[in-house]
Amino acid sequence: MLTEIEDLKAEALAALDAAATREEVESVRVRFLGRQGVITEQLRGLGSLPAAERPAAGQALNQVKNALAEAARARRETLSRAVVDAELGGERIDVTLPGRGQRAGGLHPVTRTLERIETFFRHLGFDIVEGPEIEDDFHNFEALNIPAHHPARAMHDTFYFDDGLLLRTHTSNMQIRVMAVQPPPLRVIAIGRVYRCDSDLTHTPMFQQIEGLVVDERANFANLKGILAAFCRYIFEADLELRFRPSYFPFTEPSAEVDIQCVICRGSGCRVCGHTGWLEILGSGMVHPNVLENVGIDSERYTGFAFGMGAERITMLRYGVDDLRLFMENDLRFLRQFAGGG
Amino acid sequence: MKFNESWLREWVDPRVDAAELAEQLTRAGLEVDTVEPAAAPDGFSGVVVGEVLESGPHPNADRLKLCVVSDGSGEPVEVVCGAPNARAGVRGALARPGARIAGGVKVRRAKIRGTVSEGMLLSRAELGLGDEHDGIVELDPDAPPGADLFALLGLDDSVFDLSLTPDRGDCLSVAGIAREIGAINRLPARGPAPEPVAPAIGEDLPVALEAPEGCARYVGRVVRGIDPAARTPLWMSERLRRCGVRTVSPIVDVTNYVMLELGQPLHAFDLERLEGGIRVRRAHAGERLTLLDEREVELRPTTLVIADRRRAVALAGIMGGLGTAVSEATRDVFLEGAWFSPSDLMGEPRHYRLNTDASHRFERGVDPTLQRDAIERATRLLIDIAGGRPGPIVDEMEASHLPQPSAIRLRAERIERVIGMAIPAGEVAGGLRRLGMEVAETEGGWSVTPPARRFDVAIEEDLIEEVVRLEGYDRVPAVEIEGTVRPGSDSESGVPVSRLRRVLVDRGYQEAVTYSFVDPKLQSLLDPDTPPIRLANPISSELSVMRTHLWMGLAGALVRNVNRQERRVRLFETGLRFRRDPSLRDRIGDVEGWGDRGRDQVTDVDQERCIAAVAMGSADPEQWGSVAREVDFFDLKADVEALLGLTGDPARFSFSPFVHPALHPAQTAAIGDGDDRVGLIGALHPSVRRELGLPAPVFVFEIVLAALSAARIPGYAPVSRFPSVRRDIAVVVDDEVGVGRLLDAIRRNSPATLNDSAVFDLYRGEGIRAGKKSVAIGLTFRSDSRTLDDAEVDGFVEAIVDGLEAEFGAELRG
Repeated sequence: MLTEIEDLKAEALAALDAAATREEVESVRVRFLGRQGVITEQLRGLGSLPAAERPAAGQALNQVKNALAEAARARRETLSRAVVDAELGGERIDVTLPGRGQRAGGLHPVTRTLERIETFFRHLGFDIVEGPEIEDDFHNFEALNIPAHHPARAMHDTFYFDDGLLLRTHTSNMQIRVMAVQPPPLRVIAIGRVYRCDSDLTHTPMFQQIEGLVVDERANFANLKGILAAFCRYIFEADLELRFRPSYFPFTEPSAEVDIQCVICRGSGCRVCGHTGWLEILGSGMVHPNVLENVGIDSERYTGFAFGMGAERITMLRYGVDDLRLFMENDLRFLRQFAGGG
Repeated sequence: MKFNESWLREWVDPRVDAAELAEQLTRAGLEVDTVEPAAAPDGFSGVVVGEVLESGPHPNADRLKLCVVSDGSGEPVEVVCGAPNARAGVRGALARPGARIAGGVKVRRAKIRGTVSEGMLLSRAELGLGDEHDGIVELDPDAPPGADLFALLGLDDSVFDLSLTPDRGDCLSVAGIAREIGAINRLPARGPAPEPVAPAIGEDLPVALEAPEGCARYVGRVVRGIDPAARTPLWMSERLRRCGVRTVSPIVDVTNYVMLELGQPLHAFDLERLEGGIRVRRAHAGERLTLLDEREVELRPTTLVIADRRRAVALAGIMGGLGTAVSEATRDVFLEGAWFSPSDLMGEPRHYRLNTDASHRFERGVDPTLQRDAIERATRLLIDIAGGRPGPIVDEMEASHLPQPSAIRLRAERIERVIGMAIPAGEVAGGLRRLGMEVAETEGGWSVTPPARRFDVAIEEDLIEEVVRLEGYDRVPAVEIEGTVRPGSDSESGVPVSRLRRVLVDRGYQEAVTYSFVDPKLQSLLDPDTPPIRLANPISSELSVMRTHLWMGLAGALVRNVNRQERRVRLFETGLRFRRDPSLRDRIGDVEGWGDRGRDQVTDVDQERCIAAVAMGSADPEQWGSVAREVDFFDLKADVEALLGLTGDPARFSFSPFVHPALHPAQTAAIGDGDDRVGLIGALHPSVRRELGLPAPVFVFEIVLAALSAARIPGYAPVSRFPSVRRDIAVVVDDEVGVGRLLDAIRRNSPATLNDSAVFDLYRGEGIRAGKKSVAIGLTFRSDSRTLDDAEVDGFVEAIVDGLEAEFGAELRG
């Protein structure tokens, strides 16, 4: 008896599998499970079995009945989905085609750098200023402790206009313009274009500078080192060694040039760092007391520090650009490489 | 400043190698640019000292000699030589077969006119040590034959090139560098002891300091009877060469040598060409002088000159005159060692477009105590090399005009305050003393008097730098900043430029950075009516006027990209545009206490920060999914509107037809912000575009950033809970009636319940009379307090249409 039931189950499952439409599934279901279906008949005939066989046969038949009902349902569903899929197949698209519409452009690489630098200093409570680019001698030189004919002026090849005005040679003009109107404590970053009458492989007559100025009752050289060390870690995203070298700027004393460990060779010496392992990236120092006094700040009570750097230089190091002039050529093939980012 | 290591080590010889010396100098603030070997990599090798034993005529050549030369081995060799000075007794440079001469050429045994030459006697040029090639090198008479010349000349030496900052004039000499190295290594630095040379003749020249504020000390000396045939010894010309100075003649070489050694520039006049005594005076108006470089200059009255009785003979501290220059025939000289005031000399070299070794030093400040020693040293060297009999030294001085070092107060507490680190008292005083300063202890610090050569040390901070410099900047800790922290002053009502940039980047623009100065031709093509501000000293004529719009640079960048086969270009830039505007009177950053000088002088230049863009080519990047179409006015207008939208109040802005000579007369608008014009948008004028060689229509815009920086801070209004009602109308109006005006009128004639009005169709053509257009507008009404009923909305629409009819003669389209 049990063997017979197993055979029936196998036959029914095979028939369901063979059914190609929902109608055929239904007729198989009726053949086995319908009111006159084979399984139904067997269930009805249970009473004629000897009592000892009845429970086992009944259990087996009920199991087969449930299994077949479930198989029929599943088969029906499969066939339904196939029908819908067949209909939607006509709506197939090529998902590998590119999307429609505008593509994003990109920021100039130097802007990427400037914005990153700006972000660092904003976090530290610095204000950002820009200021005029056509400037007078006083704000660009004299108030910064650089009198006329000072040899330090030879460090600045200045563009002049006929009326004696000039193009600012550094963003340090903003030290004066800010301090003239704002009392300490001060934390200011000046960003913008500066100009030098110089053009060769490593100089463009216009470039962008970032200048920082801090004046308060406690600012000292150790703080300058602290802030610049944090700055370099932030910008180059690496623990680079810093080297502070004595240098000379008329508007700072003591003054320091700052070198970072070469970002390319990490100090072992390569073409980029001229085999020294170091890259000069910024000038800095304690604000010269004459400069503070020039703008009416008591240099006994207040001290300050300032630092300035070229944005192009940092951009070159950050992205591995090896020719400064590329920044001014605006070749789309160059600019597009800097798309993306924040 | 170039110097060679072995010369330095004669003065001070610390136990560190060249690399460490370079590191020490750089860390002390004397930046070493390069350290290079003194000998060229393809220089001579295997060359020895050879003593010419005999020198006789060559059997087959008139101009050649046959020399018997000893190389110390006891077996003299025969060498053919053409040099006139190859005479018996001379010790020269002998290259035997196998040795190499300059350029790496190997010497071989050679048959010259039938005679075998067992090598060569070399000239300086053949050794790679100078230009001289018409005679053989004459070495010291006691140079041992057979000795290796490379070793004898100490060519295993390094040349340091320093890039000195302008404050360190005291380091423009071997002595100066030696003092620094000595101070760092705690060693004394000592050169040849000063050695007065007793006068052998009584002759002198009177010197008159007629402008003591410019020249406060002048030391001079006559030397007669110099041998004009004498030649500069190889050891001296080698040092000069390694320091980057050419060998000229013993007189000139000695003055250069002493300048390099001590830092005092010297000048030698040909005594025979001077007339009468020396006057140091200002130039006369119109006075002319022909300089050593054979240039004739007209002198200006501020210029200090050295003159004789009759005329100016030198530009003081800068360059000598040709008329009194020493020559190959000079036997008698007048040596000058003077002190010229840096502040007085400032600007003069530049005025004459000269930067000489002398002016470079005098401008930075020469030690005013050095002149006499320098003249004595030069006399000694000159007499040793070329003979001659010195006269007595003339030393004229105006002490009141010489810099007088004065004591500077240095407080221990101030060092710590400025540096952020305490430095032990012993270190402070010791370090300063090693730098040659007089240090006396005072209450809480020191009284320090710097040596006269340190023009850069005048105030307490200068001393602090000296102290820390010797300590080493690397010893100062890096300390997190402390102090008053105020939040930044930016406001929500300001739109940051970074946000504006991102709007354009996201809309397909690439940011450019172009020069603020542009080609005047491009400038006048794109803005013919605005005179640009002109640079007095442009780097080139293509970069000579300040842009009045950002378009000039952007157009240039566009053209260059089109020339590189770019078909679709969208560029933007932010930056200043520059215009003269005499009406501007705002002064920013005036500094008190300076009178007029401290006033902002940049008051008639309008420097407005703008954002501008240029677009050409297809509206979208080339693609499959939309119909290709060229960019047009409304693509850019949408970009502009996106920017204006950042203010939160775009309705503030208006667009009205505008005429600009470089822009298309029918496709240009002024962008208004209330009554102010804050920008322009339009197509480049087709003739301008053709002039630029651009193949397709070009659209540009420019907006003053100030207009975009005033943003509205949002204010909440309750959201209506009631449904909206939409009605579409189409009206026919004259073609020239701007749709913007229709929308304005609709807003004016509508109740508060008009929520939105959108133009959704524009039609000209069949069914519409010529000269007319149909404008379809969707009107959406919604009340905050109730559901609007149809009759009510009909009334609103009717009022709107009536308004349009009254104002523009609009007809409702059926």
